[in-house]
Amino acid sequence: MAVDKLTVKKIATLAKLEFNEEQAVSIQQDLSRMLDFVNKLNEVDTEDVEPLVYMLNERPTLRKDEPLQEISQQEALKNAPDKDTDFFKVPKVIKR
Amino acid sequence: MSVYNKYQAVIGLEIHAQLSTKSKAYASDSATFGDLPNTNISPVTLGHPGTLPVLNEKNIEFAVKLGLAVGATIRENNEFARKNYFYADLPKGYQITQDKTPICTGGFITLFPNTAKEKKIEITRIHMEEDAGKSIHDQDPFNTLVDLNRAGVPLVEIVSEPQISSAEEAYEYVTQVRKLLRYLEICDGNMEEGSLRCDANVSVMLKGASKFGERTETKNMNSIRNVKRAIEHEIIRQIDVLENGEKIEMETRSFNAVDGTTFTMRSKEEAHDYRYFPEPDLQPVIVSQNYINGVKTTLPTLPNELYKIYTKEFRLSEYDANLIIESKPLGIYYNELTQYTKNYKAASNWLNGNIKSYLNENGITIENFVIKPAKIAALIQLIDDGKVSNTVASQHIFPIMVKQPELEPLAIAEQNNLIQESNDDDLSSYIEQVIVNNPKEIERFRNGEQQLIGFLMGQLMKTSKGKADPKKANSLLREKLNQ
Repeated sequence: MAVDKLTVKKIATLAKLEFNEEQAVSIQQDLSRMLDFVNKLNEVDTEDVEPLVYMLNERPTLRKDEPLQEISQQEALKNAPDKDTDFFKVPKVIKR
Repeated sequence: MSVYNKYQAVIGLEIHAQLSTKSKAYASDSATFGDLPNTNISPVTLGHPGTLPVLNEKNIEFAVKLGLAVGATIRENNEFARKNYFYADLPKGYQITQDKTPICTGGFITLFPNTAKEKKIEITRIHMEEDAGKSIHDQDPFNTLVDLNRAGVPLVEIVSEPQISSAEEAYEYVTQVRKLLRYLEICDGNMEEGSLRCDANVSVMLKGASKFGERTETKNMNSIRNVKRAIEHEIIRQIDVLENGEKIEMETRSFNAVDGTTFTMRSKEEAHDYRYFPEPDLQPVIVSQNYINGVKTTLPTLPNELYKIYTKEFRLSEYDANLIIESKPLGIYYNELTQYTKNYKAASNWLNGNIKSYLNENGITIENFVIKPAKIAALIQLIDDGKVSNTVASQHIFPIMVKQPELEPLAIAEQNNLIQESNDDDLSSYIEQVIVNNPKEIERFRNGEQQLIGFLMGQLMKTSKGKADPKKANSLLREKLNQ
């Protein structure tokens, strides 16, 4: 199934991704191949099958409302590409 | 007729309330407001790969409490969903929320309860979700700074039906919702700190029209007053657009508190596409009828029930009753006060009068008021027993009690020689003095100027330095003058 250029553009906007025309063509082809594969699966008749959302049948465990600090501020910021002593830094988000 | 009167507004409100839990919705990091940036975090909050959310049981409890309080239907099978969008203050790339299975549906909020303007606004749904972090745009000229302390703090979103028809009603709606949240003690309701937020969906249509006009959504009002201002502005703006022959665009607008206007934030083309799908990491939570019954037993008496007790059983005026239920701590103080005195009316007068003005003048809240209810009740008893007058109690004894809250009102009255004189001999001697000192007025009174009794009583109280029992003195004085 062919994915059109507009769809690729829309998904890119939602995912905040940027690429050039050439890459767009290759992404378009990749996405089309993935959809083809999903369409192949669609050939199976699943009319009476409940969708599988959860891998376990167990009921979830709820947590008591007790605060527990497992990691420090320093550890939190450790993997950030950009930061200062207190904050994560990200490219300026223009305030409209 | 003004063109504005040709139209009617249709308003629906979405309120986000931060739940007053100690820890976050899906992880154990603290949910406290105002701590150092990025200290209340966890691998789950930071959206690290391989981490799994675990739901805080208080989320369910608080949502059920709210649902019961508004008379909603509570869902047994609660599924969670991912609402996907990319933004720097949402590290996971999605918010865990409830999409098709909100925990509460139906119920209502009553506007202007117990008045002629009373109106019920139906609730569409209440669902559980989580807050995002905070982006700071104005501290660094080149970057946006992100603080994730707030990310994952539990929220409930309360969505109303579009049944609100004026900015005034919207103001009342938010006020009532906030009062309820505070009575239930599930949200502190502080709009300035953002623990209560309100988005307004507003449209206008010609009066009597059956089809709603195109609507806009306005955000960023940080007080109830600003919710009202934003809606007032938005109604006028939309009518102006329509009267100009133009069309309303469906869009998200932001409120500017400085000039009271709204401006475009996001147009329809820029609108989010959230691509909801079931959250596979959180299995559905079952809320059983048993559990709901248990929560029901923990509900406090709600303002509307208190109102009924106060007006029907305690025979307070509607005005007095409304003053007391305005805030929960006031009601708690009053309820305790009425454990010690059956003079409900006097108890309400003291609370709404002397006590409130003392609190206002000194900028303190009733929770920090030093005089215990039992002492106020003892003071009321002194007045009821005729030992002190109301005036002496409020002008002389109360100010001393505030400074020395451990003292008993009776002891204060005795030590300061404030006990009212009601024995006939003392009173008769005051009356004699008044008669001797005011011969002209006495004569005029005897000639029929009955209103002079007020003046003569004033003289009597002055002579007795305020200690004469006014009721008794009054009747003795009349008796004497009519002889």
